[in-house]
Amino acid sequence: MSTATDTIESLVKQEYKYGFVTDVESESTPPGLSEETIRHISAKKNEPAWLTDWRIKAFRYWQTMPEPTWQFVKYPKIDFQAISYFSQPKPKGDAPKSLDEVDPKLLETYEKLGIPLRERGRLAGVAVDAIFDSVSVGTTYREDLAKKGIIFCSFSEAVHAHPDLVKKYLGSVVPYTDNYYAALNSAVFTDGSFCYIPKGVRCPMELSTYFRINAAKSGQFERTLIIADDGGQVSYLEGCTAPMRDENQLHAAVVELVALESAEIKYSTVQNWYPGDENGVGGIYNFVTKRGLCKGKNSRITWTQVETGSAITWKYPSCILLGDGSKGEFYSVAVVNNMQQADTGTKMIHIGKNTKSTIVSKGISAGRGQNSYRGLVEIRKTAANSRNFSQCDSMLIGAKCGAHTFPYIEVKNTSSSVEHEASTSKIGEDQIFYCNSRGLSTQDAVNMIVNGFCKEVFKELPMEFAVEAQKLLGVSLEGSVG
Amino acid sequence: MSKQTILEIKNLHAGVETKPILKGFSLSINAGEVHALMGLNGSGKSTLAAILAGRAGYEVTAGTVNYLGQDLLDLDPEERARAGVFLAFQYPVEIPGVNSTYFLKAALNEIRKSKGQPELDAIEFLELVKDKIKLLELKDDLLRRSVNEGFSGGEKKRNEIFQMAVLEPRLAILDETDSGLDIDALKIVAGGVNKLKRADSAQLVITHYQRLLNYIVPDFVHVMADGKIVKSGGKELALELEANGYEAILKQ
Ligand SMILES: Nc1ncnc2c1ncn2[C@@H]1O[C@H](COP(=O)(O)OP(=O)(O)O)[C@@H](O)[C@H]1O
Ligand SMILES: [Mg+2]
Repeated sequence: MSTATDTIESLVKQEYKYGFVTDVESESTPPGLSEETIRHISAKKNEPAWLTDWRIKAFRYWQTMPEPTWQFVKYPKIDFQAISYFSQPKPKGDAPKSLDEVDPKLLETYEKLGIPLRERGRLAGVAVDAIFDSVSVGTTYREDLAKKGIIFCSFSEAVHAHPDLVKKYLGSVVPYTDNYYAALNSAVFTDGSFCYIPKGVRCPMELSTYFRINAAKSGQFERTLIIADDGGQVSYLEGCTAPMRDENQLHAAVVELVALESAEIKYSTVQNWYPGDENGVGGIYNFVTKRGLCKGKNSRITWTQVETGSAITWKYPSCILLGDGSKGEFYSVAVVNNMQQADTGTKMIHIGKNTKSTIVSKGISAGRGQNSYRGLVEIRKTAANSRNFSQCDSMLIGAKCGAHTFPYIEVKNTSSSVEHEASTSKIGEDQIFYCNSRGLSTQDAVNMIVNGFCKEVFKELPMEFAVEAQKLLGVSLEGSVG
Repeated sequence: MSKQTILEIKNLHAGVETKPILKGFSLSINAGEVHALMGLNGSGKSTLAAILAGRAGYEVTAGTVNYLGQDLLDLDPEERARAGVFLAFQYPVEIPGVNSTYFLKAALNEIRKSKGQPELDAIEFLELVKDKIKLLELKDDLLRRSVNEGFSGGEKKRNEIFQMAVLEPRLAILDETDSGLDIDALKIVAGGVNKLKRADSAQLVITHYQRLLNYIVPDFVHVMADGKIVKSGGKELALELEANGYEAILKQ
């Protein structure tokens, strides 16, 4: 029987296609972390004093914090002094005036990743902010968006062009005191995306940020802030890749979403950071804080994530349901293979009346991977008549991997209800044989079964990403997803 | 002109680990023929079907299986399917989230590809299945659901025959397709199987009871006991079995 299992295991092993390195001269600060490093980053970005002060406060707070130990992932102690906190491609002459003037090597990189940035050949219907190491390379379609009053630019730009909005909302959902890595990010973040959807505007295209880590020995600490004003609607996509390197690299981002009255934000991620090799050498540590605040009445935030990369994924995209009648949703597929580890899930904090949340989590474990779902559903006293539905399914491929669930439920009133379903299944030899006996190869059978398992999550992704996500799971384009 | 031999099993010995199950099983099937294989529970019928379809976990210790001139045991299960071997499962498995239409279209296209035929697109495929659904009197919505998921026992069995209708095998092995069916469903399944009979293909119908053979009329009936065929005859053998029971035959 072990042979059949071995074939299945070897089939889920896939080559990492985005492991190339772009040969650009980069300008990196020497490794090390101190107030001086932070002042240096802040000065490089020509930041106003209030922001420098905020960073310093965050740094001082971080220094007082113990590193967390409750997570179900293992890694050697991170030497924060060995990381370079700022790295950017060396600017050539004046700053490029348009995307067509950006260093061709950078444009080529994004082209290779399937994200053409030049005017010609751009993805139709998707505006992209391309982040390369610590800086934004450029943002497409910004003029078209500006006509509708939509602001979509790099975070650094927003600090200068829209300081009031940034000042008002930065840290309002994830304060720097929130957790160890959020505090670190607040101190050292370099760039990220900023988006503001004005009142009553429905964003006419998908907005997207593509994160690429290129430089060695550097970390990526970006900050994303999305605000949808009353009645605004936006769908936002995030993609990420990195070269194959033997050392581990830290990616500690913070994403804050704010949905005002009747606003809707849909945030989707296809995370494909380098996962390390089959022996667990190298790979990204993806320690990210993502949280959305449903601030206004009847607002809605949806997180959809497909996590296939990273040596370690450790994140809980969450919703604070403050506005009455607001809705939070979390749809997740997390895949671990070889030596990968994931501890991911969500928190749904119900504060407003008649709030609703839905959690659908699909964990797939293969190789010697360890996959944990950790979730909190908290229904406070004030959240009368609230509802949660959670479904957590795990699939095991092979005998050496693990799946774990840690659901926490706290209900503080009697008018609300919480429903939790969980299942664990082993990908069945019977299922595979059934497919084989109809003419399908074992590879196709595994893909089909795995994609079938993830279907409820994939259907939440925007079309372009659903296809990408399926491909990531090794499936042919034409899918069983629909 | 003599008929083409589809399947030729000679002195097959096979089992699991140390337990022998098939002990010298031989059978020859020609194009256009329907063979019924009968026997008590545990006599090895499903094991034979599983070995013919290529399920892992069985060891063949002696004998040969020739299918259309090639060594069947040498092929992977999917290669056998592409070469026209079809097994209607005694217990069809559920595949949650995988759409039935998608599944069957993928299967058909694999088979077509291996024959060098062009793949069918969604519209061509739906056109093809329309008639076949009617044949089995299946509800259209089954095709929109996940493979076998939440199907009743009878629906699962009919779905197997529906797949057979679409894939048009050269050798169809039906493992107890009748068990668990009420008489109406039995008639539908049998009617479907009869209509699928072709001059260039063959069927091996495994059953425990003779009642299926009231509707599917076999050319040959074989009685199996303890891993091999102990008696073969025409369709009257099934009736004899019905009248006198297995005991009487086994004693002979
Ligand atoms: N995988 C297996 N492991 C152990 N014993 C098996 C296995 N498959 C079949 N058998 C045994 O072989 C014998 C024949 O089983 P089977 O082929 O299912 O018979 P039938 O279909 O005629 O009822 C039974 O005694 C059964 O328990
Ligand atoms: Mg049986």
